[in-house]
Amino acid sequence: MDDLRIVERDVNTHTNKITARGVDVFYGGSHAIKGVDVDILDNTVTAFIGPSGCGKSTFLRCLNRMNDTIDICRVKGEILLDGENIYNPKVDPVQLRAKVGMVFQKPNPFPKSIYDNVAYGPKIHGLTRNKAELDEVVETSLRKAAIWNEVKDRLQAPGTGLSGGQQQRLCIARAIATSPEVLLMDEPCSALDPIATAQVEELIDELRAQFSVVIVTHSMQQAARVSQRTAFFHLGNLVEYGETGQIFTAPKDPRTESYITGRIG
Amino acid sequence: MSLSLLILIVLALGVAGYALARARVTAQANGDRRRLHSLIGYYGHTVFLFATVPALLLLGAWLLLQPVVIDGRVSSMLQPGDIPEGGSLSLVMSDVRRIANGLDTLVAQGQLTEAALTTLRTETADVRGQLGSVGIALGSDVQTNVLEAAKAYRGQQGTAQAVMAAVVLLASVLGLALSYKRLSPDFRARNVFESFVKALLIASSMVAVLTTFGILFSMLFESIHFFQLYPAKEFFFSLTWNPQFRGGSSLGIWPLLWGTLYVSFVALLVAVPIGLMIAIYLSEYASKRLRTFAKPAIEILAGIPTIVYGLFALITVGPFLRDYFAQPLGLGTSSSSVMTAGLVMGIMLIPFVSSLSDDIISAVPQSLRDGSFGLGATQSETIRKVVFPAALPGIVGAVLLAASRAIGETMIVVMGAGAAAKLGLNPFEAMTTITVKIVSQLTGDTEFASPETLVAFALGMMLFFFTLALNVIALIVVRKYREQYE
Repeated sequence: MDDLRIVERDVNTHTNKITARGVDVFYGGSHAIKGVDVDILDNTVTAFIGPSGCGKSTFLRCLNRMNDTIDICRVKGEILLDGENIYNPKVDPVQLRAKVGMVFQKPNPFPKSIYDNVAYGPKIHGLTRNKAELDEVVETSLRKAAIWNEVKDRLQAPGTGLSGGQQQRLCIARAIATSPEVLLMDEPCSALDPIATAQVEELIDELRAQFSVVIVTHSMQQAARVSQRTAFFHLGNLVEYGETGQIFTAPKDPRTESYITGRIG
Repeated sequence: MSLSLLILIVLALGVAGYALARARVTAQANGDRRRLHSLIGYYGHTVFLFATVPALLLLGAWLLLQPVVIDGRVSSMLQPGDIPEGGSLSLVMSDVRRIANGLDTLVAQGQLTEAALTTLRTETADVRGQLGSVGIALGSDVQTNVLEAAKAYRGQQGTAQAVMAAVVLLASVLGLALSYKRLSPDFRARNVFESFVKALLIASSMVAVLTTFGILFSMLFESIHFFQLYPAKEFFFSLTWNPQFRGGSSLGIWPLLWGTLYVSFVALLVAVPIGLMIAIYLSEYASKRLRTFAKPAIEILAGIPTIVYGLFALITVGPFLRDYFAQPLGLGTSSSSVMTAGLVMGIMLIPFVSSLSDDIISAVPQSLRDGSFGLGATQSETIRKVVFPAALPGIVGAVLLAASRAIGETMIVVMGAGAAAKLGLNPFEAMTTITVKIVSQLTGDTEFASPETLVAFALGMMLFFFTLALNVIALIVVRKYREQYE
């Protein structure tokens, strides 16, 4: 983990983007998240790590209220986005999700053309006034997602025809096109080969300039490579949260140390 | 030897073969089952199949062919003079068969010996009276040639039965012996058995395919017959449908085709939007509990016999439409109308559209919905722009199924739309469809060989081609517009 020292870690100037206080999540009778407090900073990549079933994905899905689509799921506590509670009944989850975009574990391009996939968000939110603007948004998003050169000649080809890594970058382009403020990524590289993973990781680092990125990952190397801050979850508790370098080199909690050195998880 | 006894013997041979095969391979392997190529049961099954299936197939083929061959040989004994005025060969042949049966019964009851039978003459004995005493009533006295034919028929039938029994048993024993001889621990009984089963499965699927061709050809031949009697140009281009009992009918298909299309169109106009909305509600919005209750409830609609729908159209919907729409609007005074039949048929078709589309929409992967929600789409945007396009090919299939049901529907049209063949645009007028006319032409009093009856086959043929064309068009449409997921 020598590269830990290379990664730039100037996170001090950033402001809080998301503030979670006392978040509890219940799936039916089971208590999946227990009193989590976390501050997610602007223009920062925050990694959630922890063993399988520790609740990191569940907590991620709380941040844009994707858990609303699951009937038996209940969320308690408060999560503030720019100081506004997103679980306030007055907040429309649909508008929230336009601000807090999401990329899923398995690439899920719509069965439409590459162009339509990226244009989907801008179209439903009415972000562009005419075709030329839409074309521009699509191109910018595809460029930011580092896939433009591969697909610029076949924008009308179906998005499902791309390779796995290309599909995942297309999904990232699709999420960027809505110009969100926060980008949530649920194990975005778990279905990708090492080369595609490297491309996506590089991309995440670039995206930090515009968004706050939260990434759930099983790979500790990945967390170390791409993130500035890391949160370690275990059995539904947020065990430790801090700068990535500190978490990996000098963990305060013995559980974090055990996980990082491979004794639990 | 009776047929059931023969089948029993063949099966018994099969079972014996099963036991023998097991015993033989066990002995060959010195009781060590691990030295056998296959599980021991497969050896038994293989011998059983070889002993029974070829023999039974032979039996079936023989039973199909025997009457044809014997009829051909016996009917050549009859002279043209034996066929009475106005009768036909087939009628005389049925008499021959009945007399032969009667003679059988007489011999069985001991009223006649085999020896007496060979010397039996119509000139010397009251054959008709004797036959009458065992329940074979004949319309006239038995003629010499007919009696001789009946005797020959009886003789040949007896011989054929005996030969058949011998051949079938031989086939069974041969199958048993040959497969038994091949048994050894290295014999690949499992592979042989499985290929045998595969062949059986292929043969079963061929039954369905061949039946389709059979239906097609039976209609094709009668249609050709029709077009020999009636000009095809008239049938395809005439705009009037006016069959007459005494010939000189005009049998133009257009009024019927128009009625069919019009009624089906109204039915689909009712069924498709309602069915799709039900499907979307059930698959996307309804709670699980409501869905488990509502879906079967809607499917009950599909189980109602069409004649009951017809009654509903006749006594409820028809008068209602006439009293509240047609008459006040000045569009007609008939309770039988395209609208009545179309509406009721549409209700009948709702479950076809809704149930299938529901399954198809539910099969769209959740990941696509999540992706759309994650971009801030509402549920209805997700359904309209992601789920529905992804489910479209299947939905078109469901609509097509409904369309072919609508085109083929008869009972609701008879009772709802009437039987008047008309070309018109007013939906409150009575019209009729191809299927209704097929029924009325075939069940009419006209002679079978007249164009007025045979037109039914030509109409059926058109219906067949019509639905075929519909399917082809839909396939092309689906292939062009589908948005395929995984």
